[in-house]
Amino acid sequence: MVITDETIEYVGILAKLELSGEEKEQAKKDMTNMLEYVGKLNELDTDGVEAMSHAFPISNVFREDEVTNGDDRENLLKNAPDKKDGCYRVPKTFD
Amino acid sequence: MNLTQLTAVEIGKKIKTKEIGVVEATEAYISRIEKLDKDYNCFVTVDKEGALKQAEEVQKLIDAGKLTSPLAGVPVAIKDNMCIDGMLTTCSSKILNNFVPTYTATAVEKLQSAGAVIIGKTNMDEFAMGSTTETSYYGETKNPWDVTRVPGGSSGGSAAAVAAEEVPYALGSDTGGSIRQPASFCGVTGIKPTYGRVSRYGLIAYGSSLDQIGPLAKDVTDCAAILEEISSHDKKDSTSAERSDNDFTSALKDDVKGMKIGIPRDYFLKGIDSEVKDKVLAAAKTLEEKGAIVEEFDLNMVEYAIPAYYIIASAEASSNLERFDGVKYGYRTETFTDLHNMYKKTRSEGFGAEVKRRIMLGSFVLSSGYYDAYYVKALKAKALIKQEFDKAFEKYDVILGPVAPTTALKLGESLSDPIKMYLGDIYTVSVNLAGIPGISLPCGYDKNGLPVGLQLLGQTFDEKKIIRAAYAFECTKSYRRPDALTERGL
Repeated sequence: MVITDETIEYVGILAKLELSGEEKEQAKKDMTNMLEYVGKLNELDTDGVEAMSHAFPISNVFREDEVTNGDDRENLLKNAPDKKDGCYRVPKTFD
Repeated sequence: MNLTQLTAVEIGKKIKTKEIGVVEATEAYISRIEKLDKDYNCFVTVDKEGALKQAEEVQKLIDAGKLTSPLAGVPVAIKDNMCIDGMLTTCSSKILNNFVPTYTATAVEKLQSAGAVIIGKTNMDEFAMGSTTETSYYGETKNPWDVTRVPGGSSGGSAAAVAAEEVPYALGSDTGGSIRQPASFCGVTGIKPTYGRVSRYGLIAYGSSLDQIGPLAKDVTDCAAILEEISSHDKKDSTSAERSDNDFTSALKDDVKGMKIGIPRDYFLKGIDSEVKDKVLAAAKTLEEKGAIVEEFDLNMVEYAIPAYYIIASAEASSNLERFDGVKYGYRTETFTDLHNMYKKTRSEGFGAEVKRRIMLGSFVLSSGYYDAYYVKALKAKALIKQEFDKAFEKYDVILGPVAPTTALKLGESLSDPIKMYLGDIYTVSVNLAGIPGISLPCGYDKNGLPVGLQLLGQTFDEKKIIRAAYAFECTKSYRRPDALTERGL
């Protein structure tokens, strides 16, 4: 399958990446090559095979929903690129 | 012999008998890092002050009889994708160039409570995506055997630091070979445990269904002792397993009589360097001479492991790396017009080329219209790969093969052709897909004097079998340090 400009635009939106013209061309080439390569899996007959997400059975792990950690707001905010009044600060999202 | 040439367990013993002090051991390694690391670049962060402070505290606890672990007082380095409270943790990415975690990864915490002294954080491929440690934002790490070559990756800093004797042991993480392959390239020993053996809490996720933390050290004894400390069931990682067989040092027995070892014929058919092939098969012969029953068999599906791996790992990466958006931590772009523009610019400036490549591939294979054709297909291939291993382990205790098709490559050789680099992972990625344990240890040296790695694989939670086989093999030879160190009088 050949990756078009539209597909790269779309993937850019999904991946939240802004690519330069040069990067887009490279990405088109890389992704086309990679998809051609992984297309090898189509040789496999997987009819009736169940998709495996974990290599061995893990059942749901439940616990009581109890708070065990304390308020760590000040510490956590130390890593914030921008903050205000004890909150993360982001650009305006609506007018 | 210098203190820094000892293994971790040997240092631990000398600390216990008061032959050496914890501060003395820590200082010895720090001064070696200060002397050598400008040549190798194994470390992103060296915490000299913190390490010396820890060393003093640990010494007091040892003196008071409160710390009895074989690793008490022994310095360690941690791959820079494991969070440590208060210590810069970058994942070798620009996007985390200022991230100081407020909590510590469980595996690291386990070492701390055993009395380990954390010296610093080791270099890696950015977000563990790569096999050479060249995709690090903080510069490539060089192989101590030959500084014109890569140390392997992604735990290249950890492997090279052990080989250069900048630290007696290190933690790495392995998503598709990232502990075993650098161990092989640097002539040290590394274990990728069974998925779930070690808690992943605090490990910055790449491919969550594949990632596993494990040890890198000079020998099998060290690796068994380290794994014993870091294995745990952890409420904070719901995929961690509750096991009562974490006593890996009990498997350090020089005895493989009657052990059934299978060699996959398919591993040696094409693409493998003839010297690597010869050394690995010679290792099999050695084990056979020690009483193991060795035979060849057909492990099918080998050629499908890399395509399946890159689909699954990229898909998980695209999801896991969504959190890096310039809001809560890490790098944020300087100028932007609105929220979406801020996200996009932050991520585009913060991530390197290989990370972007995988995020895009992952976003694509998960997107509507392609999900079944790529992602679900890969999960089905994974089921078939696991079936093949299950069949093999019905007949064999251990599977023996190479770690990588070649010895350490020249710097810059892999980056131009990503698919070529991915093909080097042929012997390692299937192990992560199947969730089984693997160990990598040196088994010989090629004509350039570079180490060749031997890989031993076991069934799920059968770490003891591979440790026993590896230990028995290791007993036939002694540890060889990089010739370059000896030649330079280091």
